Amino acid sequence: MKRTAFLLVFCSLALAAGSMRLATTTSVNDSGLLDYILPGFTQETGIDVQVIAVGTGQALAIAGRGDADAVLVHAPNLEARFLKEGKGVDHACIAFNNFVIAGPAADPARVAAAPDAVAAMRRIYQTGATFISRGDNSGTYNREQQLWRAAGLDPRGRPWYLESGSGMGATLTLAAEKGAYTLTDLGTYLFVKSKTGLADLFNRPDPLMLNQYSYMVVNPKRFAGLNTAAAYELRAYLLRKDVQRAIGEYLKDRFGQSLFNPLYGRCKEEVKP
Amino acid sequence: MTADWLEVWEVAARSLTVAGAATLLAALFSLPLGVWLGSRPRRGGLGAQVLLYAGMGLPPVVVGLVFYLLLSRSGPLGFSGLLFTKAAMVLAEAVLAFPMIAGFTMAGVRARAESVRRLVRGLGGCERQVLATLLWESRRPIVAALAAGFGSAISEVGAATIVGGDIRHHTRVLTTAVVLETRKGDLANAMALGAVLLGVTLVVTAVLVVWGERR
Amino acid sequence: MIRARGLLRRYPGFTLALEELAVEPGRFVTVIGPSGAGKSTLLRLLAGLERPDGGTVQLRGRAVFVDQDRTVLERSVLANAAFGLELAGVSRKQATRRVLPWLERVGLADKLALPAPRLSGGERARLGLVRALALEPDVLFLDEPTQALDPGNVALAEELMREAHRAGRTLVLVTHNLYQARRLGEETWFLLGGSLLESGPSAVVFERPRDPRTRAYVAGEMVY
Repeated sequence: MKRTAFLLVFCSLALAAGSMRLATTTSVNDSGLLDYILPGFTQETGIDVQVIAVGTGQALAIAGRGDADAVLVHAPNLEARFLKEGKGVDHACIAFNNFVIAGPAADPARVAAAPDAVAAMRRIYQTGATFISRGDNSGTYNREQQLWRAAGLDPRGRPWYLESGSGMGATLTLAAEKGAYTLTDLGTYLFVKSKTGLADLFNRPDPLMLNQYSYMVVNPKRFAGLNTAAAYELRAYLLRKDVQRAIGEYLKDRFGQSLFNPLYGRCKEEVKP
Repeated sequence: MTADWLEVWEVAARSLTVAGAATLLAALFSLPLGVWLGSRPRRGGLGAQVLLYAGMGLPPVVVGLVFYLLLSRSGPLGFSGLLFTKAAMVLAEAVLAFPMIAGFTMAGVRARAESVRRLVRGLGGCERQVLATLLWESRRPIVAALAAGFGSAISEVGAATIVGGDIRHHTRVLTTAVVLETRKGDLANAMALGAVLLGVTLVVTAVLVVWGERR
Repeated sequence: MIRARGLLRRYPGFTLALEELAVEPGRFVTVIGPSGAGKSTLLRLLAGLERPDGGTVQLRGRAVFVDQDRTVLERSVLANAAFGLELAGVSRKQATRRVLPWLERVGLADKLALPAPRLSGGERARLGLVRALALEPDVLFLDEPTQALDPGNVALAEELMREAHRAGRTLVLVTHNLYQARRLGEETWFLLGGSLLESGPSAVVFERPRDPRTRAYVAGEMVY
């Protein structure tokens, strides 16, 4: 009991000393991006950013209950709803990359030859090649559903359509094991590429394959006890030119391309409440 | 590399303190309950027994979810600000360890209750002395119960993830770190962390058991 | 002094019912009867370890009960022997001083530090007796203390009981050994099917029993 009391005191102290909580998607955290840019912020402001890395759906749910001060996510349609419901304010586009359809190098559905992303999905559907979906309301999953809708197809219930229920890295590993296709963000794909041996069969500019990361402050009028000041400081920091440049440079040397392209606050895909 | 190992030790130490505190907290309530239930004459407490044994199968994610909803700013205990802290993890893991400790204690005490009661009463002792003797005589099953409770607390990941949030330097423990590394596709790291987790559990259990046997 | 009136104890499939029983101070009573006759139940009722469903038990003086399962605690032989005194509030030092001669007497003096669960059956039986005798009780209830012991251990146990009797203590001994019951008891009770069939001076019960079933039992026939 004594020990718990001590823990309770310890924890509330840690919060009082100037910290904020950022609920975010696994792709920005697991790629190491946050560990790369947040220490500078802490050094400048003394604010410790506690990162809770979950799927976009869960990140918005956590923030929507007032359990985080800000979110960094990648699902424009869910973001729009979040703003519309008055849970988030001051949306800002931070960075983008693109989604990739990854799959076996043999490419039985000939996705690589498809003219655009929607056509690529249609080819997978028509071949009945195994496709692994995240199935978890993450940003990637939302994008996948958008692609099926655009193609006018509903893969649910098909024997070749599997839902992993896990994060992107695990889903890619699963896809490699099963020789299946999957939709992935570029960052995670590049990270596990060497381990899985999956090929990036569709990795081209396409408006529907845009993967845009946005920052929102949780509406301070909705919840008491939020560290909104810190949330705004982080927003300003993320949009600062030097930080944006740093985001663009992250791991560029290693992969020969930017994992995250800076947006300087200008959205490529509009997010309207 | 050194920094990585430093962080592994930091995470391991946090696993140890969180699970240890959860075990102590749970023991505070479950030990007396287990001793009391086990010392009662046969038949009694059949319902409690069913509840405890069923409680050993409590799904950690569900316990975590319940605590999340309770501790969330939108929940009834939101004012406490405990969500995503070690204290919240301690609470949830204590709930998971509780039926383990109470159940195993009860079973261990029950095995000796009748003969010890007859001995103590037969020598002119009172009921309080029966309980005190029973407690001491059941030290081995109680140690086993504590080890089981600690094991369930340190090895669970569902509740730790939901109420802890796997925040680096704050609430990341070995199990949530394993999930993180697996999610990243870094299976070698995940395996290494899993080995550390097993090692920690093994060492703590060994210390407990040896301590229990030597007395 | 022990006095019981209208004793009644019911278990599923078994009832113990006794009208009246009395043991004068300093008497040595042996209780015989086939298994299931209710000997152990009666002993526990008299010792106050079990509550009767009806009737009353009066017991004067400090009583001690020695169980047939030879329970030892998971601690040293010395701590086990001193346990009764410890319960009575005697300091550990005092208790040790008082039990040492007893342990010497029953040949356990060289095993003081040994964990008691490692003792043999005979040693446990001796330890149980010593633990009880060290309390210097007025009344001793003994439930088959010599069951399955070798002759040497039986002789030692009987000697300790005789000695206690000579010291003026009241003894009630449940035993399956008819010779032992005859040897030790001043008075013998014969129980069958939950009732007291015969009681009186041991010589009478063994040599001139009134009831034919008692006669058959003490003659070594199977009675149940």
